[in-house]
Amino acid sequence: MDDVLVVMEGIEKSFPGVHALSQAKFELRPGEVHALVGENGAGKSTLMKVLAGVYSKDAGRILYKGKEVEIHNPRAAQQLGISMIHQELNLMPHLTVAQNMFIGREPRQGLKFMLDEKAINAQAEEVFAMMRLNIDPRVKVRDLTVAKQQMVEIAKALSFNSEVLIMDEPTAALTDTEIDELFRIIRDLRAKGVGVVHISHRLEELKLISDRITVMRDGKYIDTVKTLDAPIDQIISMMVGRTIFESTPEVPENPSEEVVLEVKHLNRGNVIKDVNFQLKKGEILGFSGLVGAGRTEVARAVFGADPIDSGDIFVNGSKVHIGSPSDAVKHGIGYLSEDRKRYGLALGMDVEENVVLASFKKFLGAFGRVNRSKLRATAEQYVKVLAIKTPSLQQKVRNLSGGNQQKVIIGKWLTADTNILIFDEPTRGIDVGAKSEIYHLLNNLAQQGKSIIMISSELPEILRMSHRVVVMCEGRITGELSIAEATQEKIMQYATQRGEVLLVDEPAPTSTPSGDA
Amino acid sequence: MEATTAAKRTFQIRSDTLQRFLAFGGLIILIIVFSLASPYFLTSENMGGILLATAVNGVLALGVTFVIINGGIDLSVGTVMTFSAVMTAQVMIVWQQPVLVGIAAGLLTGALCGTLNGLMVTKMKIPPFVATLGMLYITKGLSLVVAQLKPIYFNDAPIFNQVAMSSVLGSIVPALDPVKNVVLVFFVAALVAAFILGKTVLGRYTFALGSNTEATRLSGVNVDRWQTAVFMLCGLFAGLAGVVIASRLNSAQPALGAGYELDAIAAAVIGGTSLSGGEGSILGTIIGALFIATLANGLRVLGVQQEWQIVVTGTVLVLAVFLDRFLKQRSR
Repeated sequence: MDDVLVVMEGIEKSFPGVHALSQAKFELRPGEVHALVGENGAGKSTLMKVLAGVYSKDAGRILYKGKEVEIHNPRAAQQLGISMIHQELNLMPHLTVAQNMFIGREPRQGLKFMLDEKAINAQAEEVFAMMRLNIDPRVKVRDLTVAKQQMVEIAKALSFNSEVLIMDEPTAALTDTEIDELFRIIRDLRAKGVGVVHISHRLEELKLISDRITVMRDGKYIDTVKTLDAPIDQIISMMVGRTIFESTPEVPENPSEEVVLEVKHLNRGNVIKDVNFQLKKGEILGFSGLVGAGRTEVARAVFGADPIDSGDIFVNGSKVHIGSPSDAVKHGIGYLSEDRKRYGLALGMDVEENVVLASFKKFLGAFGRVNRSKLRATAEQYVKVLAIKTPSLQQKVRNLSGGNQQKVIIGKWLTADTNILIFDEPTRGIDVGAKSEIYHLLNNLAQQGKSIIMISSELPEILRMSHRVVVMCEGRITGELSIAEATQEKIMQYATQRGEVLLVDEPAPTSTPSGDA
Repeated sequence: MEATTAAKRTFQIRSDTLQRFLAFGGLIILIIVFSLASPYFLTSENMGGILLATAVNGVLALGVTFVIINGGIDLSVGTVMTFSAVMTAQVMIVWQQPVLVGIAAGLLTGALCGTLNGLMVTKMKIPPFVATLGMLYITKGLSLVVAQLKPIYFNDAPIFNQVAMSSVLGSIVPALDPVKNVVLVFFVAALVAAFILGKTVLGRYTFALGSNTEATRLSGVNVDRWQTAVFMLCGLFAGLAGVVIASRLNSAQPALGAGYELDAIAAAVIGGTSLSGGEGSILGTIIGALFIATLANGLRVLGVQQEWQIVVTGTVLVLAVFLDRFLKQRSR
């Protein structure tokens, strides 16, 4: 028992509508790199956020160095020596690198309330020297690239002298050299006896760095294996269970050759670089890529939500000007945001009102009077067609489950006579059961001749749903695959194809340890 | 590598200071235009008047700057100032306490109101706009209640008026006689504010919270405590402004104060403080406050009617923010 750093057992956690963790467990030894894997929504991040004090558990217990502990907040975790690097960057963009790293524990000088800016920069420089990284601690974080920001997060966690370091997808935004760099640092830490938890989707990577692998699925613990003993295939089958293999890919019949949407040479600052693609009638076009690859940005640009620098958009063969979302709606384009609650729905309004929100004009009679019966009939029809589970049309959308909210948005765009639908992460935060309903719905829509762009970070989802897959990396389209030739490996290859891109645009920043520059 | 970072840093300096130059340049242009238009404008008497007019609004704006950088807003500073002035008078005149006790009471009143604002925001989870709007009404009412609807005059404590309106600088250098103590108080307060914002933990967390509250929380910072502290500090500055205005007017005017909060916010915003939080500086706010006072004074010297002065101030405010946005977008 002596050589166990952390034991978590019987951990339960529920969020409204989702049972995120049930009887989850985990064990970490000092001086090991323990990989935590599972599909999106398997509960990896949630479990680790419980350990890092971000979420409080509903039940279960945590032993730290043999003693039962209650970790109520991030500070308590840090004081125990547990640090977590979150998937979404948690930095203050207006502060400098060093100020970010030492936030909450700034070195003081003289009087207790006075900051010692020299010491803070010197200490940050020490950490970077140890990591053999060339980052100026005095630069504001918002002026760094995403990769560098990620490195700052890691440096921050390292500066705590943590005994437990949790990294949630630390390599998602890093280049190969930077990943090598990170792994070197991780190995150093392991040699010093630090327990490292590494959450990642990249299984080949885990083979390189981890000692043991724990697999989770649907919020439950599946198994822990030694990395050396477990081939990747075995891990994958543990991750996906039986469910995925049961449902064969439901790619609908091939669409017609009629092009309904064409985008040519689309550019916007650094985030969209010369993007070209076509969307055909009745087609589901998958947009794949890593987080931050620019997929959402393309969708927003096509929808008129963000201004573009240059580029042409053609709808049904004729060139159109889309300067605002209302232009896009006029041309029959609808966008279903990945953040439904913020951009897709009026949460405090009821189902009926939300369904007609984008096409209110259709329900106006003479003198701008609202035709209530027509409005009600339309809403009723879509609730039936889309199988929206709601007690009544007057139910506030806030009280519906994620899947049903998504359906309400779909209903909204169908009411607006939309023929081109852009779905941004359509199943994010939706329960497994509701997911297949959404898939079904997408297939039906495509069969009815609607054209769909589906942005998704889940590779199985992309492979299951798309006719064609477009892969993006750092604002560019790096590959296009027909569904017949698309595999997870090929997509990942395109999604990480950034070397030459970097060489062209920024000659230096990838080469990190360039001595005493 | 070195070249790129170096280039980036010079660019960085440019885009940051650009903003301050903008407000400062605007101020200079204003002074040049007015002095060409009227020979009276540049007289030391008139300049002293501008500084005098800047002082009270300036002190308020210092506190407001903290709250805005923090990502909030404080609508109550004007009436908190009034309430502090009334409490100073109440203690000094009605309760016959020494001048220093009266001043302390004013400062304490401001800090207390600010703390309540902070607690409403952090503990009751009321948005700053609403919480401080409530405080605006509460202190406005309390001022009238305590003063029983009438101004309280400091005729029984003649020294108090001297606090603001004599000139320590003038007694040393006679030429500086138009620079009253009020102005001195403002500049000392500004130095203290700049020190707090730039060199202390409180200043650091003011920026951090305004930049990304959630990240600050996840870094283990007690977010509620520091946010409350920022509001308290803003209240303290409002209290100071209350003492200063009471001394300057030699009376506590319970009906005064509404509208001051808007001038203070305008000064901070013209000085480059971003209403979305995380950005701003004391120097900018000082320039902003001077800008507003100079504009009002110059227009008055030129004989522009007061109602039109207000229109011009509003236009300038909008233009300043627009220009700031425009230049920032271009530099991205």
